[in-house]
Amino acid sequence: MSVDLDHYLIVGAILFSVGLYLALAKRNFVGVLMGIELMFNAVNLTFVAFSRFVQSPNPLDGHVFVVFVITVAAAEAATALALAVLLYRVRNTINVDRIDLLKW
Amino acid sequence: MDDTGTVVAFYVLSALTIASAMGVVVVRNLIHAVVFLILSFMGVAGLYITLSADFVAVTQVLIYAGAVSVLILFAIVLTPTGDRGNQETFLRLPALLLALLVAFTLGYVAIDTDWAISDREGFQQTASVIGEALLDKYVLPFEIASVLLLVAMMGAIMLVRPESGVEGE
Repeated sequence: MSVDLDHYLIVGAILFSVGLYLALAKRNFVGVLMGIELMFNAVNLTFVAFSRFVQSPNPLDGHVFVVFVITVAAAEAATALALAVLLYRVRNTINVDRIDLLKW
Repeated sequence: MDDTGTVVAFYVLSALTIASAMGVVVVRNLIHAVVFLILSFMGVAGLYITLSADFVAVTQVLIYAGAVSVLILFAIVLTPTGDRGNQETFLRLPALLLALLVAFTLGYVAIDTDWAISDREGFQQTASVIGEALLDKYVLPFEIASVLLLVAMMGAIMLVRPESGVEGE
């Protein structure tokens, strides 16, 4: 028995799908954000797995990219959660199905 | 990666990660969902270690399991009368179908593609190489990332600042 690239890619695919389901289906804004963070994690796992297993002149560039993705994800989380708090202040709810001002 | 320890670690950590992610979906309390999310982040960090990515694993624990999950907890605590439930909207069934479709498509593509696998060993040390790359080849994205973090921080502060910001004047 051995572990190779396919195993990691399948774990990444499952994790991404779970995150996608969370982001699409959850009623709470914070739940949607948790789904987005899970999707970031799945993509990062795929990056690191490719960096470890696939031929490349600079294999560690995948790790550098993951560091940038984590940076952008942290910035995204901070801004989105500030938006959640602001939304709660204005509308007194963070359920995404009750934020329907633009709905005709 | 053929040694038994790595194989066992991979399967245990994968099961932990995916089961915790499912826990985020299933559990009915938002605080419990965050706890499962942290567990899932830790599982991913363990998977990084099996891939000999030590720097990324430590960064994962620091940023995700530490900072981002605390941010999410803060967002829950700062919305006190908001809904603490973790229910789905009416989009539950389409989202489930789409997620399954994505999972099968990505999995099929991952298995079916003939990747150019190399037979090199795991990395000996990654932190020093990543640091040199960040300050040499990727110095411009590095600086742009710092500006991005500054803008995000200022934006978050501006957004949640109380309306009456004139008490000090």
